[in-house]
Amino acid sequence: MVPVSYYLILSGALFACGVIGFLIKRNIITIFMSIELMLNGVNLAFVAFAAQWQHLSGQVFVFFVMVVAAAETAVGLAIIIAVFRTRETLNVDQVNLLKL
Amino acid sequence: MLHLVLFLVFGVICVAGAINLLAQTHPISSALSLVVVMASLAVEYLLLGAEFVAVVQVIVYAGAVMVLFVFVIMLLNAGEEERTKGSRVAMILGVPGVLTGGLLVAWALLKRSGTGSVALGSLPGYPKTIGNLLFHDFLLPFEVTSILVLIAIMGAVVLANRPEAQNPPPGKES
Repeated sequence: MVPVSYYLILSGALFACGVIGFLIKRNIITIFMSIELMLNGVNLAFVAFAAQWQHLSGQVFVFFVMVVAAAETAVGLAIIIAVFRTRETLNVDQVNLLKL
Repeated sequence: MLHLVLFLVFGVICVAGAINLLAQTHPISSALSLVVVMASLAVEYLLLGAEFVAVVQVIVYAGAVMVLFVFVIMLLNAGEEERTKGSRVAMILGVPGVLTGGLLVAWALLKRSGTGSVALGSLPGYPKTIGNLLFHDFLLPFEVTSILVLIAIMGAVVLANRPEAQNPPPGKES
């Protein structure tokens, strides 16, 4: 038997790592990976609560989160490619104009 | 006991991978640590009994999404990232703030939460039961998600398309 709160703390730790990565990283691809890390932390919380309340809805919701994350990754990486084509850089500090 | 040991081992691997993702400066190293995080998360899902979720996690996240990431990193020839003033400000202000918030949440969860304990694989998420739920109770969200994926496909194609490739001059491959 493992307390559900341990799983939630692991989930929170992953989410916090994602937030810190989002803040301190300057490479746009790594920032994107930090967002994936946050989504994974939330998924773990969903599965932990599904086990806590003995209801499968939480696990079904994880699928929706995964699908939205996959769609977000496809569109986001396309945006990164488009940004790199126009700016020739991946550093977010140098991407500070809406229009060149 | 076995549950707790497995949880701790893979939880430590998971958090170590996440911290390594932050510590590395090259995007490829970060991507590979993200694979470690996702694989150990799949084991955590297995411990909770979510078998189908664990398999989908490995196939979709550790497989498809990470291949896409590595592909883009190699396509754009991303190199080491440089530290800037903005990242130092974020390091000084953001990291203590996030750590304080995280520790508060952890303390609240340990001391004040009314959540109980779970046994090893207490809620088995078989594909059959998950599918029953997905195609009965969650049918409308499922259909909406399919439209979302369609829009995402079209958006990715439109965004990654070269502007000059839309009207290629005759007799010339672009």
